[in-house]
Amino acid sequence: MSMLNITIDGKQTEVPQGSMILDAAKKLNIDVPTLCFLKMDELAINNMAASCRICVVEVEGRKNLAPACATPITDGMVVKTNTMRVLNARKTVLELFLSDHPKDCLVCMKSGECELQDLAEKFGMREVTYQGVMSTYRKDISNSIIRDMDKCIMCRRCETMCNDVQTCGVLSGVNRGFNAVVAPAFEMNLEDSVCTNCGQCTAVCPVGALVENDHSWDVVNYLADPDKVVIVQAAPAVRAALGEDLGVEPGVSVTGKMAAALRRLGFKYVFDTDFAADLTIMEEGSEFLDRLTRYLDGDKSVKLPILTSCCPGWVKFFEHQFPDLLDIPSTAKSPQQMFGAIAKTYFADMLGIPREKMVVVSIMPCLAKKYECARPEFAVNGNPDVDVVLSTRELARLIKRMNIDFANLPDEDFDAPLGESSGAAPIFGATGGVIEAALRTAYELATGETLENVNFESVRGMEGVRSAKIQVGPHTLNIGIAHELGNARKLLEKVQSGESEFHAIEVMACPGGCIGGGGQPYHHGDVELLKKRTQVLYKEDAGKKIRKSHENPYIIELYEKYLGKPLSEKSHHLLHTHYFKREKL
Amino acid sequence: MDSKKQLRIATRNCGFIDPENIEDYFGVRGYEALANAVTASTPAAIIDEMKKSGIRGRGGGGFPTGTKWSFAAANQADQKYVVCNADEGDPGAFMDRAVLEGDPHSVVEAMAICGYAIGASIGVVYIRAEYPLAIKRLKKAIEDAHTYGVLGNNIFGTSFSFDIELKYGAGAFVCGEETALIRSMEGSRGEPYTKPPFPANSGYWQKPTIVNNVETFANIPALLVKGADWFSSIGTEKSRGTKVFALAGKIKNVGLIEVPMGITLGEVIFDIGGGCPGGKKFKAVQTGGPSGGALTFNDVDVPIDYDNLLAKNSMMGSGGMIVMDEDDCMVAIAKFFLDFTMDETCGKCTPCRIGSKRLYEILERITLGQGVEADIEKLKMLAAAIKDTALCGLGQTMPNPVLSTIRTFEDEFMAHVTDKKCPAGVCTELLEIVIIPEKCVGCTLCARICPVNCISGKVKEKHVIDQAVCIKCGACIPKCKFDAIVKQ
Repeated sequence: MSMLNITIDGKQTEVPQGSMILDAAKKLNIDVPTLCFLKMDELAINNMAASCRICVVEVEGRKNLAPACATPITDGMVVKTNTMRVLNARKTVLELFLSDHPKDCLVCMKSGECELQDLAEKFGMREVTYQGVMSTYRKDISNSIIRDMDKCIMCRRCETMCNDVQTCGVLSGVNRGFNAVVAPAFEMNLEDSVCTNCGQCTAVCPVGALVENDHSWDVVNYLADPDKVVIVQAAPAVRAALGEDLGVEPGVSVTGKMAAALRRLGFKYVFDTDFAADLTIMEEGSEFLDRLTRYLDGDKSVKLPILTSCCPGWVKFFEHQFPDLLDIPSTAKSPQQMFGAIAKTYFADMLGIPREKMVVVSIMPCLAKKYECARPEFAVNGNPDVDVVLSTRELARLIKRMNIDFANLPDEDFDAPLGESSGAAPIFGATGGVIEAALRTAYELATGETLENVNFESVRGMEGVRSAKIQVGPHTLNIGIAHELGNARKLLEKVQSGESEFHAIEVMACPGGCIGGGGQPYHHGDVELLKKRTQVLYKEDAGKKIRKSHENPYIIELYEKYLGKPLSEKSHHLLHTHYFKREKL
Repeated sequence: MDSKKQLRIATRNCGFIDPENIEDYFGVRGYEALANAVTASTPAAIIDEMKKSGIRGRGGGGFPTGTKWSFAAANQADQKYVVCNADEGDPGAFMDRAVLEGDPHSVVEAMAICGYAIGASIGVVYIRAEYPLAIKRLKKAIEDAHTYGVLGNNIFGTSFSFDIELKYGAGAFVCGEETALIRSMEGSRGEPYTKPPFPANSGYWQKPTIVNNVETFANIPALLVKGADWFSSIGTEKSRGTKVFALAGKIKNVGLIEVPMGITLGEVIFDIGGGCPGGKKFKAVQTGGPSGGALTFNDVDVPIDYDNLLAKNSMMGSGGMIVMDEDDCMVAIAKFFLDFTMDETCGKCTPCRIGSKRLYEILERITLGQGVEADIEKLKMLAAAIKDTALCGLGQTMPNPVLSTIRTFEDEFMAHVTDKKCPAGVCTELLEIVIIPEKCVGCTLCARICPVNCISGKVKEKHVIDQAVCIKCGACIPKCKFDAIVKQ
């Protein structure tokens, strides 16, 4: 690849052909401000709308200013990023943004995390220069997401996530000129659309236009209610990222501190979704083996591949987009819902309380979990198995609100009996982790042999679509893995057309899996941060004595005392679900 | 109208042949250029001829057409496209429609020539759906061209094949911008994207694509038949050939004209256009459509070509000319044009989406008498920043009417903000309707017509208007037989 010379603010460097001015500026440690720009190459995320115009720079020989994010470098290019002309232009762009943006930062969820606020601070904006009409739209509130388009700055990052990455096509630009805004078709509510509630729009929104529906005060109220027994579960990916919002270095596991913090918040029992992840493997792994065995025996009524069903965004996606394939996903509920079902039966029985007295709170990296817990099939007589879901971000805020010095908390353990897990559980939070966990158990159940090396390196990684061949006894299993729904669509289209040779496919809706979930601390476009989170989970797995779900003693006890065996009638009743055909629009 | 000053190349056949009869077109040497091209010439030779002619794009940008074609020709690709931009949207301009309705074959022929020159086999005409007759005639032309073997497979028996399809635009002005047009053709929201890549390298479906407008194409068969030397002998050094203009507004001879480049503004306005009707004084002409600029009486000797108009902070645009007379208020005119562009911006980039609104609001405040002197400086600053930062041509030129009117009529702006007066008597809020006592004879006619009864006075005595009640409807003015009532 040929290298090009560029001089920025008097500093010279060389960059490969095809680089943008912004790339070269980064290399020279020149911090050109951006707003709409979002590029994460490894995850095929690229919002290069060049629409905000905050990154404009002066290019010698060019008539107008150039957007640094989207202007390819030509050899010998001379660029200035901080001239009066540039600063005035950027300031005007900011003034225009502020003239059409609510100034309600005090009550905005994004305050402190808002990229527009940061820029206003950086540019020393102390007054609103242009006064005029402001955009006003109705708020659209789903259980997962709040869409407040008064705050939208038309960066279109959400649109890129929703259309290009997730291929859901819910959010796109509508109307013209000053009335242009990002919205679902026909201005329908997100709730009524094909939105999967993955929350990736909220993960990238630079302002407060798309945020999670915050339920943290609901939890505070429950905790203060003396008539309730409030228990909590925390998903694997939460511990890999929660610390980022609470003054702990990224890439450091905060499992013990999280358990301690949850206990100090006042939860009566602090449990772990990891336990339910092991349970999921028991059910889903057994279902896979059952289907595989019958398939290999020539049973024509059995369809493969089996698709994982832990991810509620993915579940809603295939219900809308592939309604003809509803018979292939595993019927196993997600770990969150398995936990809820077991908590409000098995554990409520243990405590001797009615399910109505128990409140199950989930801490999830995910906004779709908020939607999932409210699906009517996950309730008994109107009482949901999981009552409230908080995202990682909401938990971080709650911890701060409750005066807990998180960084200095001691490491504590989860409570028994729903707090113990094997190493197969934490890796649920990373793409490839569920299938790896399933393989560990399926291998031993199928062959009766001990699996010596439990690390299935071939299913790990960040590539959007991966495949692996795994030898299990006499059979070679073809495993497919996809994260991001656009990648899942590619695999599913092959299943639909009969080209797929996979026996099992794992799908996670979010980039990198749950570690990149829509409810996680903001990644600000940093892929390395997501990789650090992944490493936390694999380290946690490696550090466990028990690495296989079926060896978790509390799981064994649960089956012995309560469920019988995997796929038993009781298991089916509590731990399995069914899917619904949904409209494509 | 002085027709001697006109010279018709693009519109050479309009009105002279039956546009629905291909044989009529054959009769005026139609498809001769295409025949020569595919049977006796080479793509490189055609592009050379185009370059030599000096022809520049007639749609607004004025990019040298031959050079553009050479870019697409140099690209290797399994498919290339020729796109005809027939999304004419400038208010008052309708030359593309006239060509498509009057001489559709010239466009079909030129597109095929372009296809041959750059190595494309598919042409697409992006035409606004509001042009049903143009669509009908274009379809017929394409059909007949197929029948006669001048379009489709093996044109003139050669190995060259080229076909044309139509795509309908829904009327968004911004879709005349080539990248927005491409997005729209692909079925996406009609929004421009940042260049590079230029369409000639990566356009429609990411393939090399030539986008030329109707008028550019219409020139080409004549150019090639008569030769580049002939074509380049017309016009000015850097603007060869002719340009079609649409005269509109306060001008006697309204309509399309085609004139050699280099003709002076005065010749167009007075000799061809006949000046302003009703003996009114010519004040300014907005060239280049709503995003162009205003030229004034001081500019009547300016030879019209791409570069001179740019030097005057206006532009050629697609050739709209809207003439203003002494009764027009330039602040209101700037607001009027901005109203159009503000409505038509796609809303993608910040300066255009919000900036246009804020410019408009400041202008509106000025016309309502709520402006302050600092507003004029604010307008200039904001307009300059929008020009410097907007993503596409629409945004980059949208502030032109504001800047050019402030530059040439700053006193009029100042009158609005300092004296709270509209010299042209257009901005109602700044007007008072008064009765000149010396002229009033007390006939009472005005008092009787006044819908709000704000005129008082006894018969044969001086009448007075109560300014607090007057709604400035002006109904009294023509009623007065003694010209005693005036706006001021």
